[in-house]
Amino acid sequence: MREITLSQAVNEAIAEEMRRDETVFLMGEDVAEAGTPFKITSGLVEEFGTSRVIDTPISEPGFVGLAVGAAMTGTRPLVDLMFGDFLFLVMDQLCNQAAKTHYMSGGKLKVPMVLRTNLGATRRSAAQHSQSLHALVAHIPGLRVALPSSAYEAKGLLKTAIRDDNPVVIFEDKLMYQDKAPVPEEEYLLPFGQANILREGRDVTLIGTSSMVQVCLKAAGLLEAQGISAEVIDPRTIVPLDEATILDSVRKTSRAVVVDEGHRSYGVTAEIAARISEKAFYHLDAPVLRFGAMDVPVPFSPALEDLTVATPDQVAEAAARLCRGEMFHAA
Amino acid sequence: MAKAKTNTDDYLRMYRQMVRIRAFEDQANQLYLSAKMPGLTHMYSGQEAVAVGICEALTPQDHITSTHRGHGHCVAKGAEFKPMFCELLGKAEGYCRGKGGSMHIADQSNGNLGANAIVGGSMGIATGAALSHKMLGDGQVTVCFFGDGATAQGLWYEVMNMAALWKLPVIYACENNGYSEYTRTEEIAAGSITARAEAFGIESFSIDGQDVLAVNRLAQDLVARCRKGEGPFFIELKTYRYHGHHVGDINRDYYRSKEEEAEWKKSRDPITGFGTWLQSEGIVSSDDLVAINDEVRADAEAAVKYALDSAYPDGSEVDMHVYSDTEHALA
Ligand SMILES: Cc1ncc(C[n+]2csc(CCOP(=O)(O)OP(=O)(O)O)c2C)c(N)n1
Ligand SMILES: [Mg+2]
Repeated sequence: MREITLSQAVNEAIAEEMRRDETVFLMGEDVAEAGTPFKITSGLVEEFGTSRVIDTPISEPGFVGLAVGAAMTGTRPLVDLMFGDFLFLVMDQLCNQAAKTHYMSGGKLKVPMVLRTNLGATRRSAAQHSQSLHALVAHIPGLRVALPSSAYEAKGLLKTAIRDDNPVVIFEDKLMYQDKAPVPEEEYLLPFGQANILREGRDVTLIGTSSMVQVCLKAAGLLEAQGISAEVIDPRTIVPLDEATILDSVRKTSRAVVVDEGHRSYGVTAEIAARISEKAFYHLDAPVLRFGAMDVPVPFSPALEDLTVATPDQVAEAAARLCRGEMFHAA
Repeated sequence: MAKAKTNTDDYLRMYRQMVRIRAFEDQANQLYLSAKMPGLTHMYSGQEAVAVGICEALTPQDHITSTHRGHGHCVAKGAEFKPMFCELLGKAEGYCRGKGGSMHIADQSNGNLGANAIVGGSMGIATGAALSHKMLGDGQVTVCFFGDGATAQGLWYEVMNMAALWKLPVIYACENNGYSEYTRTEEIAAGSITARAEAFGIESFSIDGQDVLAVNRLAQDLVARCRKGEGPFFIELKTYRYHGHHVGDINRDYYRSKEEEAEWKKSRDPITGFGTWLQSEGIVSSDDLVAINDEVRADAEAAVKYALDSAYPDGSEVDMHVYSDTEHALA
């Protein structure tokens, strides 16, 4: 199968959906001729014109608000939010307006919009361009949240997001934009709420999201060398969450480590660990362990920044200790 | 008063719509005072000429966005009493199946995109609806209602900029009732409000919001110009709310005097003023007006009774309408 970058996969998904449905349009800062700072949307304005690939002023609450209203009235906006960190600017439009309109209208109004943005540290971009804020929106009922972990997921999930009649926030890992993965030439969609089992195993389940899927896969490789068989699961979407696949796996392996790049406290790892504890407690042989971004603003210095994100070694080490029974009385 | 419409039916409809709003609010106030209404509500009484003058210039397909003080816009845009009172009381037959209540009340089938409990929260939605209509080329116009207090929200300046850049068919209608909550407008608004819109190159108007014909004449003109692609526009409508900020704001001498309230009611009431004009033009007799008033009041009373007797939504509806394609989000 051909291999393309995550950035190309996103571009293809947008182009295919815009060709399929002429009510789909793209807007954001520098999405047209510039193709965004990450060069993801290059070429789209040439094909679809400036009425469907719209450069906006630097007004994040404004253009997200426009997207909400446009989505309610017959078009399907795809909004590019240049950095996930800018979510804080658009919270009212996204969480008070988009997320609640369908519910507050008793099901009469729909908001089929997609907010594409990114996450991920270690790009040496400091505290306001490095956050992974997906837990923030996953907390709000009415929004769906997708976390593609490769070019393949990025394309399939984005196409599904664009066709979804609900507001969807999709976070790409900005460090993976140039990473290649096999992506079929033929059209495909990836359903929301269906986790992907990347690797089967018996002894421990590693649940990783987005950027952390690769970390979990590498950890599984390290564990294999020690004779430990790790299963690796990528939920692909955290809202909806494919709880069944995770629970089935944990019931089989009796151990789980959850790895996500959002801050460790009050986030995605806590949610998944809690569900495992609630629903598979008697199958567990050890406490559920969690790795998230360190609870500090993301520092600039490489010497510091690299300490804030989980590594394959750390994950493998923790999983191995779980399997050896060393974590029963973890401090 | 200016002659905006020459058709007697149209005049009578405008008169009746204003009376309907007043009657709705009087009943809503009674429901609150007799502790039959859950929560609080913001009365529109006094401002009727704004909602009616503008909405009478729109087709049912044209969109509006409304505010926390939204009953008037809802009635003026074509809503019926029964589902409105049901919504106010949280009943299943409400326009939003009881999920929205007073602050989110809307008859969506008549182009009302919702009342909004975030001050200024719908400015993006209205502008986005206008963007949709421009893209779809359907000639529809969107009116964004908001109060003087909402002009302090940054969102307005972001979306006016885009509306002006992209020549969107949207009319920003600021109902300046002199107060935001318990604070006089002069204390929160520097300079001139119209000048703010003019700074974006938006043609702006400031008119007497108590004169339904003047409002309607301007609205008809601007709506027609919007349909020809000459929008956006801004209108400041000088008006007054008769009740407190909300129904519970009863002792309000500390921020405005009883004399001021009495003066507006006595000499600037939009309904009395229009009724007097209708009689002086020989269009109706005082008996005709009394008959309209009586009929509308009886309708409102019957609708209240209907709503009081009607059923609450079944508890199973609580997780419906969270997502448009999932019957029960938590099933
Ligand atoms: C963002 C936000 N801030 C504050 C409030 C509380 N609040 C509700 S109505 C209101 C005053 C609004 O004044 P104005 O826009 O003039 O509308 P009016 O009530 O006069 O109709 C305030 C401050 C709110 N609902 N939303
Ligand atoms: Mg006001």
